[in-house]
Amino acid sequence: MVKRDLVVVGGGPAGMAAVIAAHENGIRDILLIERDQYLGGLLNQCIHTGFGLDYFGELLTGPEYADRFIKKIRAIPDIEVSTRSFAVRLTGDRTLTYLKPGGIFTVRPKALIMATGCRERTREMIHIPGTRPAGIFSAGLAQRLINIEGLLPGKEAVIIGSGDIGLIMARRFILEGAKVKAIVEIQAKTRGLTRNVVQCVEDFGIPIYFNHKVLKIYGKNRVEKVTVAEVDEGMNEIAGTRTTIECDTVLVSVGLIPENELIEMAGVPIDKGMDSGIFVCGNSFKVYDYVDSVTSDSEKAGKLAAEYIKSAVS
Amino acid sequence: MIKKMTCIECPKGCTLSVDIENCKVAKVDGAKCPKGTAYAVSEAESPVRIFTATVMADGLNLKLVPVRTDKPIPKRDIFKAAEETGRMRIKAPLEAGDTIIENFLGLGVKLVATREATRLTGR
Ligand SMILES: Cc1cc2nc3c(=O)[nH]c(=O)nc-3n(C[C@H](O)[C@H](O)[C@H](O)COP(=O)(O)OP(=O)(O)OC[C@H]3O[C@@H](n4cnc5c(N)ncnc54)[C@H](O)[C@@H]3O)c2cc1C
Ligand code: SF4
Repeated sequence: MVKRDLVVVGGGPAGMAAVIAAHENGIRDILLIERDQYLGGLLNQCIHTGFGLDYFGELLTGPEYADRFIKKIRAIPDIEVSTRSFAVRLTGDRTLTYLKPGGIFTVRPKALIMATGCRERTREMIHIPGTRPAGIFSAGLAQRLINIEGLLPGKEAVIIGSGDIGLIMARRFILEGAKVKAIVEIQAKTRGLTRNVVQCVEDFGIPIYFNHKVLKIYGKNRVEKVTVAEVDEGMNEIAGTRTTIECDTVLVSVGLIPENELIEMAGVPIDKGMDSGIFVCGNSFKVYDYVDSVTSDSEKAGKLAAEYIKSAVS
Repeated sequence: MIKKMTCIECPKGCTLSVDIENCKVAKVDGAKCPKGTAYAVSEAESPVRIFTATVMADGLNLKLVPVRTDKPIPKRDIFKAAEETGRMRIKAPLEAGDTIIENFLGLGVKLVATREATRLTGR
């Protein structure tokens, strides 16, 4: 087993800010583990502008925001970056196992920072009945398919939920030549930023239905249609408001949940991790709206981990 | 005529009341900073947006290179811009910030890459 001063899991904005801060605070033996081929995390697929206004005082796209940190990390030889490395096991004494082409590796650092981001809530979590045809995607997956893989998931979409990812994907669908038939939001107002409603939905005249829910998804092999109805305050269908919308794609944008499987596996309560040298930052700690705050909070995590390492008797 | 709009210059999203007379802005209320006033004038008189998209890459480590305009372009040209980036191909390696087209669609803005793309070989 390899010993290290600091290991950080996750090379998104949180993990990148944490390694840089730890280095600035005197830590020299650092390993950053990322399962993807590249650093940047979610930012690589967020090609729209809206990042960096607080932290850099400039309006940047996701990849540009990430690029600034990637360049900084490259310039620090003390930080070893291991991409295509998937952390799969963690125990309470900070022993971390990860897979990487070529083998299985184990490392036990003096401090560990988990920055594994978040996961999207799925159709199953909001209980929409119907069949299970092809054509149902979480909005973030659709974003990855379009912006990274160059694949358009469908031609006529209905978007369930009005979180920012759904709003941003509505515009992306339209600019890629597809149609967005409706955005259906069960609440009375959007959960996303107003600016995204303006520049992603209103700009393109996309119908957005508040106080409405998708009742059922239909289709044998591929999505064929959904039924939609207005709901009352108890979220129950109001009689006589049911309509059908034909579509071949359903995007689900109903929120994010922190990704904390490994910490749960280690049996360390997330708020007590610091006592055992395990720190959590970024979206895996709580879901943030702005990456700028992810960066500043994760810098604090890097600094705290550095202090922990320096104070540890090892 | 008073028009309500939401400022999109920053995430605060101030609600602006814009007094428009003869297609010109006479007065703006509700902006928490000067950028809001400027936004209201531009939005009422000639709305503009930063354009972002992806361009297909050929022989590079990325399938798609994300791109943006360095300055906002008129809203009415957004679809034209999307068609243009849909037709383009990038073959040469790029750094984030590199200019791809100096005068994009003759609009006086640059089309720039927002992510590094390297040659496929020797990675
Ligand atoms: C569609 C969308 C739009 C957004 N728009 C904006 C915006 O306009 N402005 C703004 O400020 N913010 C925006 N955000 C939020 C911002 O992108 C996030 O807050 C930020 O990316 C979170 O950073 P993170 O490092 O915590 O997580 P992530 O970026 O998700 O990074 C986590 C990293 O950990 C890696 N990882 C996970 N598990 C493992 C494992 N077991 N082993 C190894 N590696 C692992 C992942 O591959 C990933 O690279 C948006 C987010 C989305 C999804
Ligand atoms: S007016 Fe200023 S503070 Fe308000 S949303 Fe616009 S830029 Fe932000």
